[in-house]
Amino acid sequence: MSSLKRSPWVLHYNASSCNGCDLELVATLTPMYDPERFGIINTGNPKHADIFLVTGSVNARNASVLQTLFDQMPSPKAVVAIGICATSGCVFQEAYNVLGGVDKVLPVDVYVPGCAARPEAILDGILRAVEVLERKRLDYKKSPSVAAGEGKLTA
Amino acid sequence: MNPYDASVTNIVLRVIAYVVLAPLAGGILAGLDRKISAWMQGRVGPPVLQPFYDVSKLFRKEKIAVNRFQNFFVFLFFLFMIFTGSLFFAGVNLLLVVFVLMLASLFFVLAGFSVNSPYSHLGAERELIQMMAYDPAIIILAIGFYVVTGSFNVDGIYQSGREGYLIAYLPGIFAAYLYVLTIKFRKSPFDLSMSHHAHQELVRGLTTEFSGPHLGLIETAHWYENILLLALIVLFFSFNPLIGVMVALLAYFAEVFTDNAFARVKWQVMFVSTWVFTIMAGVSNLIIVHYVLRR
Amino acid sequence: MQPFYIIVFLILFPLLLAVASLVLRPLAVRRGVAAPAMWVIAAGSLLLLASTGGDHLFFKVENVILEDFILAAEVGMGLLITYLGLSSKRYFIVLLGAVMTTMTVFFDIIYPPTTHAMHHLFIDRFSVLMALIIGILGTLIINYAIGYMAEYHEHHREVKDRRRFFGFLLYLFISSMFGLVFSNSLKWMLFFWEITTLCSFFLIGYRDDRQSQDSAFRALWMNVLGGIAFSAGVAYLSSRTGIADLDRMILAGSPEVMIPAVLLAFAGLVKSAQMPFSTWLTGAMVAPTPVSALLHSSTMVKAGVYLLLKVSPILNGGPAGICIACIGAVTFLFASFIAVSQSDAKRVLAYSTIATLALIVMCAGVGTYNAAWSALLLIIFHAVAKSLLFLCVGVVDYKLDSRDIEDMDFLIVRMPKVAAMMNIGLAGMFLAPFGMVISKAVTLKALVDVHPLFGVALAFGGGTTMFFYTKWMGKTLMVKATAENREGAISVWEWVTLVVLAVLTIAVCISFPWISSRLIDPYIASVYGHAPTLERSTLILIVVIMASLLVIFPIGVLYNARRRDYRLVGPYLSGGNVNETSFIGAMDRTVYPDTRNYYLSRWFGEPLLLKGGLLCSGFFIIIMFGVVIL
Repeated sequence: MSSLKRSPWVLHYNASSCNGCDLELVATLTPMYDPERFGIINTGNPKHADIFLVTGSVNARNASVLQTLFDQMPSPKAVVAIGICATSGCVFQEAYNVLGGVDKVLPVDVYVPGCAARPEAILDGILRAVEVLERKRLDYKKSPSVAAGEGKLTA
Repeated sequence: MNPYDASVTNIVLRVIAYVVLAPLAGGILAGLDRKISAWMQGRVGPPVLQPFYDVSKLFRKEKIAVNRFQNFFVFLFFLFMIFTGSLFFAGVNLLLVVFVLMLASLFFVLAGFSVNSPYSHLGAERELIQMMAYDPAIIILAIGFYVVTGSFNVDGIYQSGREGYLIAYLPGIFAAYLYVLTIKFRKSPFDLSMSHHAHQELVRGLTTEFSGPHLGLIETAHWYENILLLALIVLFFSFNPLIGVMVALLAYFAEVFTDNAFARVKWQVMFVSTWVFTIMAGVSNLIIVHYVLRR
Repeated sequence: MQPFYIIVFLILFPLLLAVASLVLRPLAVRRGVAAPAMWVIAAGSLLLLASTGGDHLFFKVENVILEDFILAAEVGMGLLITYLGLSSKRYFIVLLGAVMTTMTVFFDIIYPPTTHAMHHLFIDRFSVLMALIIGILGTLIINYAIGYMAEYHEHHREVKDRRRFFGFLLYLFISSMFGLVFSNSLKWMLFFWEITTLCSFFLIGYRDDRQSQDSAFRALWMNVLGGIAFSAGVAYLSSRTGIADLDRMILAGSPEVMIPAVLLAFAGLVKSAQMPFSTWLTGAMVAPTPVSALLHSSTMVKAGVYLLLKVSPILNGGPAGICIACIGAVTFLFASFIAVSQSDAKRVLAYSTIATLALIVMCAGVGTYNAAWSALLLIIFHAVAKSLLFLCVGVVDYKLDSRDIEDMDFLIVRMPKVAAMMNIGLAGMFLAPFGMVISKAVTLKALVDVHPLFGVALAFGGGTTMFFYTKWMGKTLMVKATAENREGAISVWEWVTLVVLAVLTIAVCISFPWISSRLIDPYIASVYGHAPTLERSTLILIVVIMASLLVIFPIGVLYNARRRDYRLVGPYLSGGNVNETSFIGAMDRTVYPDTRNYYLSRWFGEPLLLKGGLLCSGFFIIIMFGVVIL
């Protein structure tokens, strides 16, 4: 097991969520579910983070923020869309300001549906993202420039 | 066998031992810190070797930066931190060790300043206030050792300590040192500029703009520093180094406990209380020892 | 070359230049004369160093006309001061001037002393050291001033162009400084002392506006007060013991010469701006920058501590000496604290100067050979680094239209070379392995040997020193790719001086073992009996660290400038970055974040601390006099 798998640091961003998934996410990061036993630390800084946890259905305003934060994360990195809004926009898809899910802006690696997503599911999703990270790390080792070029999608 | 034998081979061995073993010891201590904190909070916590996983992961991340020069300062910080620890274990003038330590910390602060980021600057300013708070205590520590042993050199102090009980002469200074250790270990209630456990914006201020390998360097430099700081505790107990090491570990555990027991205070409280405590405990100790030993 | 002729040359040649400066009208001619002439003076100082192999040399100058001239000049100066007080309606100065004139008339004309000085001039290693500082730094600063004053008058069109008078004053000052450090006759020393007071007065008041006049007159009354104490000491000494020579006074030792020694020490305290007399120095910062650099950091204030160090063996660490050390300790603490809350760069430098001088005063008061040794080290290192800093601030002041530290953001990008040199100066003031730190370490040991409380003062003051210098350094080292370069159009005069001073700051640190063994150790040994030694390992380490920094820094900077393996991203602004320096705020506005330094004015504010410092130091001055008189 590589050190990347043992030390996944996460960054949490709320892209116009109703805060339901955020509450569940923050609960997941508390001693009750003890994510630190996997080495997971909630950093508030993209430059320190490996996994980007996004909640909410994403609108035009926070699309650029998502992009910037993702840019500021060093490779290898993974994105987890938490909640059904982040997956597809759910019932808000048709609204004029809603883009409809994180994958309209960023390359998502793991989807954790639910409204609100349950802590156990969120933790499971983060751990699956860790597996994805492991695969990306091997790719990154082979060709850093290609891997570094990811995330240039525009909204 | 006297570990502070002044022969050249001995000095070289000590320095090599420090340079090679200190990061390992420091990392394990950091891991124990997290494990014990986890137990105090009623959870399982990360494995004890977690800090090594963290640092090794950091070294494999992509290299990003805000400007090209910020990392040079971190490199200088790392270099001089190893240098000052080596100086201490080589047994030279304690004041020189303290001043080079200040130089190393200064490079860290300048690294924070060199980036054009408000969080970084705020962290750097708070780090400076922390340094201003603990500087007097460290220098009073050196003065205290000098007044009691007649020497500023680490090996001289260690030798004198083997005959006498330094801790009996310098309890107040020891207490003041433990007080500022909370600041130096970056633990609550004094973890203002770069908190060890909290990882959010304001309180990770100084390291906000550093990532990947250089964040790993900062972490490793802090391990070197922690070993140096704990070694200073052992110096008080040089009549029996084993007791010294146990006291040092106990002090470390006390710091972990304090971290979990207290919430962060405002920098004004930290600054004023540190100076007041330094004066009440450290300066009074110094004056008492001066008059006692003059007779 | 006979040392005597070199001394006389060093005193008289600047006088010639002073007259030339007044008389020669065209600027180019003045510059053409000034530039080589100043380097001649510097060469003279170096020649003096080379030619004096041995210890003290004494010279007698028996010339009635000279003595009469000096007497007449003294009376003239007293009358001038009285007139200045009258014409500006400052009656305290009128009083002081009157007292000064009366004292001169009374003690030199009506009741002349029965004995005269045996030797009027002398050389020893300490005065050679001072001569080097005056000659080399004086040269460099006047060199800088040539370029600087041109810009000064462009920026300040309202100030009358009195540059010929300015040049006259500067050269006169240098001449009298040489005279001061080579005088063995106390009367002569007093004469030169008073001249420096007057030069300082006119130089501070150069701008001739309300603020400058206030500051100039404050400097005048304080220094005249010191001068009166000086002449009272001289008169007392010659009437009680018949001694008129500095060296005989030092040899006589206590207790007969104690009262004059304390009076001279008082004059020294005032001249080096110790509390409660520190406000004249902070007020003197209104003067043009070369004046601040020359008078108020490297030379004139050093004359004050020079005198203190000379009389220190007499005080011998007794009660009066300890009082002086306490004055120094109080001043060091308070000045270091107040500097934390100042954002005007020149004011910060002024308080830092007062603090460093206070360290030297502490050493002089304590009177052990260790302390004297570290005091001399402090003098050298401080003079070089501080003048570099003042001159850098002067340049920055004009290019950025501000001398506030808060406006010096991104200086390393806007003015790379100046910022680099400024950082060398800043580092030279408090960082290992630069000289000041070496001297602080030595001073700490010397002071703690007497009483650990002095060391405590050093500990607390040292912490605050690091704080206020580092936040300044940090400000200048901020990097931003898009800042424009404002470094153009700095005159050659200024560049040469700045570069030489920066090199000197580093060189003086590396060559400190050599300086110590050639100049300082022999002097201390001759005065105190033995010379201290710094441990070899520490010495070697310091040189090693300095050398490695000198190698690592340029290589590191160049290497990092060319690296391409980093992906550059913006700073963390919660993801709302617009570009490197701004983010999207509320209502979609672009916001430019800006950070300012901490000034902690609630605790380190000037008004409160200044009052405290004045009270505490005034307390010790009273005790000092009381202890000696009773």
